[in-house]
Amino acid sequence: MIKLSNIEKIYDSPSGPVKALKNISLEIGRGEIYGIIGLSGAGKSTLIRCINMLERPTSGQVIVDSKDLTAMSEGELREARKDIGMIFQHFNLLSSATVYDNIAFPLRLSGTGEKEIKEKVEPLLNLVGLSDKANQYPSQLSGGQKQRVGIARALASSPKVLLCDEATSALDPQTTKSILELIRDINQKLALTVVVITHEMQVIKDICDKVAVIENGVIAEQGTVMEVFTNPQKPITKEFISVLLSNDLPTAFRGNAISHEPVPGSYLLLRLIFLGESADDPVIAGMIRSCNIECTMLFGNLDQIKSTPFGRMIIGITGEDAEIEKALDYLRNHDLKMEVIGYVKRHASTSD
Amino acid sequence: MSSDMLPLLTKALGETIYMVAVSMAIATVLGIPLGVLLHTTSKGQILESPALNRVIGGIVNAIRSIPFIILMVAIIPFTRLLVGSAIGTTAAMVPLVIASVPFIGRQVETSLKEVPYGIVEAALSMGATPAQIICRVLLPEAMPSITAQLTTVIIALVGESAMAGAIGGGGLGDLAIRYGYQRFRPDVMIATVVILIVLVQLVQFAGNTLARHLNKK
Repeated sequence: MIKLSNIEKIYDSPSGPVKALKNISLEIGRGEIYGIIGLSGAGKSTLIRCINMLERPTSGQVIVDSKDLTAMSEGELREARKDIGMIFQHFNLLSSATVYDNIAFPLRLSGTGEKEIKEKVEPLLNLVGLSDKANQYPSQLSGGQKQRVGIARALASSPKVLLCDEATSALDPQTTKSILELIRDINQKLALTVVVITHEMQVIKDICDKVAVIENGVIAEQGTVMEVFTNPQKPITKEFISVLLSNDLPTAFRGNAISHEPVPGSYLLLRLIFLGESADDPVIAGMIRSCNIECTMLFGNLDQIKSTPFGRMIIGITGEDAEIEKALDYLRNHDLKMEVIGYVKRHASTSD
Repeated sequence: MSSDMLPLLTKALGETIYMVAVSMAIATVLGIPLGVLLHTTSKGQILESPALNRVIGGIVNAIRSIPFIILMVAIIPFTRLLVGSAIGTTAAMVPLVIASVPFIGRQVETSLKEVPYGIVEAALSMGATPAQIICRVLLPEAMPSITAQLTTVIIALVGESAMAGAIGGGGLGDLAIRYGYQRFRPDVMIATVVILIVLVQLVQFAGNTLARHLNKK
């Protein structure tokens, strides 16, 4: 649906040209929710603006719905943009227009008749749950309601693509959740391709199918959210994930030396990741039953990536070396990811 | 109060209102597009054109730096060319318009600058043309502020129109100078000043009310 090839964007600045985007290529399939995550200044806002050519790339090609936007004139581009809706961090609604008129705005731009506008706007008001606010002005709405108006406005011209530029960054967590649900909902109802720019891994985890991590104008890593979450390659990716998923050892062990050889009185710590169906399997119980070991549960968490269950656990096991080997084999033979952290002693005092 | 005063005052008030209203109307029609041009051709805006912006800005600054009384006299040949005479109420409106257009241009530019660029960007993302952005985004969004700014211009015009007496323009200022000052009629002077104060208050009140009514923020 969207194909970016070798996008470069160079800005002129007083201190010389600045490369904001360097050789970026990515492909976004029809109906996907594609996340682009990066720190501020990484180039993600420039990148999303290249998709609808609000920023013209210095070189490279932008193809949306098999149309090459980079080869278009301004006039053709204006037409093409009607197929690409966009929502913004600060909503960017017309303060002088009512909710109804804001949603009708893109239709009025293309000269649609008032009757047809009404037929389009009313279902959209319904879709975003603001039917009772049609005649209010944006200043009378909460942040979440404003973004709902933004979404309805972006959908008014029946686009095929929705670009979300930090759409939830100005909202509180509760509202963020409801806006993300709405985006996921319209993605499914309207088979809309969605591109999401964010600096919050939570957003990626909640709604995206695929993700690209962008750093200093380069794509550091891309893949399905599941792959990137369970097997991050680059430090920047690990950092983003660590905000959500702490990699620290439980307090009882934190700071103690980690050894790769058995140390008397130590626990062998294992980090386990369960995905999808396997998250429901009683693997730990099976391991304890079949091996003669002690097992302490140190950390456990069951979460979801989009709608796939995703469990993480840190356990400590003690026992005879042979039994420990047997336990590791048992775990390896099951549908989960295991990382051996090492042998660590528990703090003498547990009072901390 | 002597009996001759009332007709004098009503005639002068009529002339002032006539001069201010007509000059304001013409200057607004010319000044708003000028303000739009000043804003949209500036850096980072939809019709960015640094060269054009510098030229227009330069002309605006040049006109605005000429004191009104001098401008009025300096453009007498132009006034004569335009309205056929260099004296009288209608002739006085030519310098009033010329002085107000750049003033309104700058005021409108300031108002347009307050419209967040994000709203313009949103309109661009929907495929709006520059003309649509100006007429449907920039001007409506800036309208409360433009209204307040234009109120200031009207009040400045009332002040400038008082100098129009120098070229036979008539009006309240002229009356105050000719009768109140030159003929030693303090009653006329005081009456004129009171009328001017009331006039300005009314204009300001009307402007504020309208701006508040338009403001949905």
